[in-house]
Amino acid sequence: MKDDLAKETAGSVDLRQVTEARVLLGRFGAGLPTRAAQLFLLDHARARQAVWSAVDWASLRAKLADLSPETVDVESQAGDRGTYIRRPDLGRKLSPESAERLAGIHPGCDVVIVVADGLSASAININAVPLVQAIVERLSSRQLSIAPLILASLARVALGDPVAEIIRARVSIVLIGERPGLSSADSLGAYMTCLPKAGTPDSRRNCISNIRNGGLSADNAADAVVSLVLDMLKAGTSGVALKDAVARLPTS
Amino acid sequence: MPYKTTIEQTVFSFADLKDLLAKATPERSGDQLAGIAADGPVERLAAQMTLADVPLKTFLAEELIPADWDEVSRLIVDRHDPAAFEIISSLTVGEFREWLLKPETGQRQLEAVTFGLTPEMVAAVSKIMRLQDLISVASKREVVTRFRSTIGLKGRLSTRNQPNHPTDDSYGIAASAIDGLLMGSGDAVIGVNPATDTVDDYVRIVSLLDELRMRLSIPTQTCCLGHVTTAIKAIAAKAPVDLVFQSIAGSQKANDGFGVSLALLKEAHEAVRDLGRGAIDANLMYFETGQGAALSAEANFGVDQQTMEARAYAVAREFRPLLVNTVVGFIGPEYLFNGKQIIRAGLEDHFCGKLLGLPMGVDVCYTNHADADQEDMDALLTLLCAANVNFVITVPGADDVMLNYQSLAHHDAVYCREILKRPPAPEFERWLVDIGLTDMAGRLLDAPPRLADRIADARLLGA
Repeated sequence: MKDDLAKETAGSVDLRQVTEARVLLGRFGAGLPTRAAQLFLLDHARARQAVWSAVDWASLRAKLADLSPETVDVESQAGDRGTYIRRPDLGRKLSPESAERLAGIHPGCDVVIVVADGLSASAININAVPLVQAIVERLSSRQLSIAPLILASLARVALGDPVAEIIRARVSIVLIGERPGLSSADSLGAYMTCLPKAGTPDSRRNCISNIRNGGLSADNAADAVVSLVLDMLKAGTSGVALKDAVARLPTS
Repeated sequence: MPYKTTIEQTVFSFADLKDLLAKATPERSGDQLAGIAADGPVERLAAQMTLADVPLKTFLAEELIPADWDEVSRLIVDRHDPAAFEIISSLTVGEFREWLLKPETGQRQLEAVTFGLTPEMVAAVSKIMRLQDLISVASKREVVTRFRSTIGLKGRLSTRNQPNHPTDDSYGIAASAIDGLLMGSGDAVIGVNPATDTVDDYVRIVSLLDELRMRLSIPTQTCCLGHVTTAIKAIAAKAPVDLVFQSIAGSQKANDGFGVSLALLKEAHEAVRDLGRGAIDANLMYFETGQGAALSAEANFGVDQQTMEARAYAVAREFRPLLVNTVVGFIGPEYLFNGKQIIRAGLEDHFCGKLLGLPMGVDVCYTNHADADQEDMDALLTLLCAANVNFVITVPGADDVMLNYQSLAHHDAVYCREILKRPPAPEFERWLVDIGLTDMAGRLLDAPPRLADRIADARLLGA
C-alpha cells in the first residue's frame, strides 16, 4: 500500500479539511505508515522538551527591557523540575528568598503581571513577549498602575497569589505555559484574579487559554485579558462571581 | 485499631486500617503527594504482609470514611449482601487472593460474591497481587452489558470511538467519527467530550451522532459526555440521548466537586430510561473514574487513591451502567508518575471494577508531562486484552486534539482484532462485514472509494 492510497481510500470527501485530528493516516496491517509514526514521535519529543526545559529568562528580560526596565525573579519551593512535576503543592508556594525580594518593592498597584514557566518553557520563550507588550500597552493607555514584571520559575498558577499579596496588587495576571499537547507545545494560558492572596480558590479565577500562533493571537488575547481586568477592578471580584457582579454594576 | 508486625526484630506499626492500606499500596506519586505512602520498599512489604493477615470481616467493622457524613460509605454499607459474603467470610486478605486465583473459582463463584464484596476488600487484595495475578483473576470474570450492541463477551474487545474537536465543530466531529468507523472503531459507543457545556451544543452533538448512527444503521450507541445536569435538560427537550455520562469519584465530597450526588444520578438515570430508546433492560449509563480524582478535590480523607477509586465503583454499580472506564493516565504525573505506575493502575482498576460487577473499560492514555510513551500504552493494551477488558478508547492517530493527551489510535484496535484475535461486539462485527469494511475473517479491508464516499457523504457531514 502506498502512502497516497490513504487519500484514495477516503473517496472524494477529504476528511482532513475539516479537522486537525490525525485522520486518514493510512496503515500497513495495524501499523502506521513510517512517516506518520515518526511525525507523531517528533511531536511527542517536542512536547516533552517543552515540559522539561527551562525558560530563557535572560533573553526575555532583554526583549522586554524597554517596556519594563525593572523585573523581579521569583521561584517556588519546588527546587527542581522533577520535584515540580511531582509536587504541584510546592509549585504554589514562594521560596523565602523570593518573598524577601518582593518585600523590597514599593507596595500598592492596580495590576501585577507574572510570567510563569508552568508546564511549557516553549510557550514562554515563543509567545510571552508579544503578549506582555500587548497587555501593558492596553493597561497603560487606561492609566492603570502596573507593578514591576515578575518572572516566576517552577511556578503553578497559584504562585501568583502570594506574589500579589506581598506587593498589594488589586488584580494579578498570571501568564503561564500550558500543559503541552501534541499539536501545540507552546500554548500560553492567562489567569486573572481579583484581590489575590495565598489560598485563593481556583473558582475565583478567570482564564483565557490557547494563546499561541495558530490559536488565539496575542492582540485578541490581550483584549480579552484587559477587558476582564477592568471588570474586576470595577466589580471588586473575579471568577465565577464576576459575571453577576458586573451585571449588577450601575450602567452609567 | 492499630496494626503491628515484626520483621527480623524491627517493629512496623500502622495507625489504623486506612494507614495500613495506604502503606501497602505499590508505589505511586499520588500517595506520596498526599503524604500517606510507605517510607520505602521494606515498610511497604511489612504493610503488605500485615494486610495479608487481616480478615475480610474487618472491612465491614472498621470504617475508612464514616457513613455518618459520607453517602458513598452509606451506600457501600447498605448494598452489602451478607449472604453473598458468606462463602468468603472466614478468609483473610491473603487467603482471599489464593481463593481468587485457584482454578475452581470461576465465573459462577465470582459472580456469586459480587455484592458480598466491598470496594475496600477488592482494593486491599489487589495491593498484594502482581500484574499476572490481576490479569488471571479479571480474565475469569465476564461482565456483559447491552444496548444496541452486546459488550463484554469473553474473547471480544469493544472500542469507544472518541471524535473530539477543539471547538465542537459539527464537521470536525463527524470527520473524526467517520475516520474511526472506517478503521472499525465504535461498537461500545461513539462518544464526544464536548469543549463547551451548553444545552444547545449538547443537543447539537447528540443529534449529529444519532443521525450518523441511523444513516449507516450502526449497531452502537452515541453519547455526549457533558455534565449530567446538561443531559437532564437535553432529555427534557427530547434530544436523542442514548447514554447519560458522568465523571464520578469515591466520596461524597469528591462527587460534590463534580457537581453530582447519588440523588442527581438517580434522577438522570430515570430520565434517560423514560426516553425508552433501548430495550426495557438496556444499560443506559456511562461513567468515568480515575485514581487521584478524590485527592485533587481534597476529598480523600487520608485514604489511598486506589482505594478511593474502588469506592467510586460502588457509586457506578448502583446505576447498572453500560460502560465504565478509568481514565488511568489522564490525571497526570502527580498521581501516576510514569508508564510503570500507569500500567499497574490500569490493571488494578480493571480488576477491582470487574470483581465489583462493572463492565470495565480503560482509557489507555497518558499526558505529555508524565514519564510515559506509546510503548507503555502498547504494553498496557496487550495486558488488558489478556485480562479480558470490556473496551478501550481510540482516537485518530492516538492524538486527542481537544483534551490534549494521547489515548490509543484506531490502529491499535486493529492490532487487537487481528493480532490478539479480539473481535468487536457480535452485532458490530456483522455490520462491519455487511457494509464491506471487513472480510468474513474479520480482517479490515481498505474501503473502496465508493464505500468511503457513502460513509463520508457530504450530506452526512452537514448533519
